[in-house]
Amino acid sequence: MRDQVKAWRLGRRLILGIPYAWLIVFFLVPLLIVFGISFSTPKLSMPPIEPLLSYGADQVMQVRLYASNYTFIIGDSLYLAAFANSVKVALISTLLTLLIGYPMAYGIARTSAQWRNILFLLVILPFFTSFLLRVYAWIGLLSRNGPINAILLKMGVIHAPLALLQTDFAVYLGMVYSYLPFMILPLYSAIEKLDPSLLEAAADLGCRPIKAFFRVTLPLTSEGILAGCLLVFIPAVGEYVIPALLGGPGTLMIGRVLWDEFFNNRDWPLASGVAVLTLMLLVGFVVVLQRVQSEKVVSE
Amino acid sequence: MNKRLSPFVLTMLVLGFAFLYVPILMMVIYSFNASRLVTVWDSVHSPTLKWYAELFENSDILDAARLSFRIAAVNATGATILGTLAAFCLVRFGKFRGRALFIALTTAPMVLPEVITGLSMLLLFVALEQVIGWPAGRGALTITIAHMTFCMAYVTVVVQARLSTFDRSLEEAALDLGARPMKVFFLITLPIIAPSVVSGWLLAFILSWDDLVITSFVSGPGSTTLPQLIFSKVRLGVSPDINALATLLVLTVTLVVVGVGLSLQRRERRLSLEAQAAGEPL
Repeated sequence: MRDQVKAWRLGRRLILGIPYAWLIVFFLVPLLIVFGISFSTPKLSMPPIEPLLSYGADQVMQVRLYASNYTFIIGDSLYLAAFANSVKVALISTLLTLLIGYPMAYGIARTSAQWRNILFLLVILPFFTSFLLRVYAWIGLLSRNGPINAILLKMGVIHAPLALLQTDFAVYLGMVYSYLPFMILPLYSAIEKLDPSLLEAAADLGCRPIKAFFRVTLPLTSEGILAGCLLVFIPAVGEYVIPALLGGPGTLMIGRVLWDEFFNNRDWPLASGVAVLTLMLLVGFVVVLQRVQSEKVVSE
Repeated sequence: MNKRLSPFVLTMLVLGFAFLYVPILMMVIYSFNASRLVTVWDSVHSPTLKWYAELFENSDILDAARLSFRIAAVNATGATILGTLAAFCLVRFGKFRGRALFIALTTAPMVLPEVITGLSMLLLFVALEQVIGWPAGRGALTITIAHMTFCMAYVTVVVQARLSTFDRSLEEAALDLGARPMKVFFLITLPIIAPSVVSGWLLAFILSWDDLVITSFVSGPGSTTLPQLIFSKVRLGVSPDINALATLLVLTVTLVVVGVGLSLQRRERRLSLEAQAAGEPL
């Protein structure tokens, strides 16, 4: 019996150990390395990094840390503008997806079971379809002689084709389009769980449907709203593909800056510094949100 | 709930789904357009299949597709094993030391911006190569490892949802009857959570097949995946053969997802009928 317990414990440790070790080696350690390298400086070699540890002339190990990346990023208005713009674009995109996604999720959750399955599948399907190709689809639609301009010209709304591509408008459009399913899914599961008898009770007590929505439905689905907003906001801040394909040269976003520092300027330490600051921004944001949420729960 | 939807909600549903599907539909339509100027419809020579024919003669695209398929399949299998193990630990192991960190590590890869995941992975591979000489260079292997790491998080979520609504009495009965834990897992637990494992595999396959950003960081010369190839072409503007490629991919994905979805649903119904039949008194 004791042997069996021992074997069971060993098995448990093995089952836990494999995924745990994998995540530590391939996820946690890489983030720590990024943090370390953000304190280095570039060097003409492969890899193009000045090692943090080195041996001086007297064989004494030296640790050299440079704060230059951080002072450079913070002192340069370009990087600050990129950070500010990323947050702005992500916030507005999140709000727009929420405004479009909530009524959709509500409608899906309130139709008959048969329709619900079909519509649910229709929300999932774009998620399975290539992100890159869905962003690409808009290049054709928005281009100077594309269908949108053609329709507007024919209708007489405009007299010359609009420059829609490579604008901030195109970036917002691409963001909302790509992230809409991420918003709808958590909202749908929150709304579906809502007990309809609560709304009936509100109606019986003379509450108008619109008021009932704001007083009952909305507060009770706030967790779904929060989950959906985070699922859109966090990846949107670091988005690279959408601003690269749909944005203009002026669309500064942090994901793009990091990409360019890494691939075009080959400045790995600076790219690491940008990554660390982005991460700190996101973690700070999530912590604040969670605190607000838990305070709300306490006060209720 | 058969209450009629309000006109506002109905309008939003119609417009929302139109918004989601019209761009994809336009891509499909324009893939049959004869004009090289993608956005101008050439009504004289269209519809045509010439871009599809060109696609299958383009060895770059075929090679990239083959590499992407191989990476996606290996990645999905590995990520499914790791993710299922992780989900099992989270649901069944109660409170263990390091649980909070484990939860953080299994969810963070899903939300971390891809540029950061990609950069960190590359720096790890470079450091490993310097210290222990492995992995030598970068290519399909490093891409697969990177994909497995972020895909396993998705598998964990999918399998975890299923495991936590799981009736454990069957497992307990089998254990009481003297079956070994390992046997119970393979004979009882796995068949019951199978739908979520299959969905997880599919999700991991598609995420990998689709990934551009992380791949770009950890790939090496000579290992160009399909998304990388598409991205380099698309950056220069629209090209008609990409429309054809997109159409084929959308069609395949739709068929697979709908097919798997339907067969899982049917299996579920059959199992619940059998369970009902078994539960009825004789």
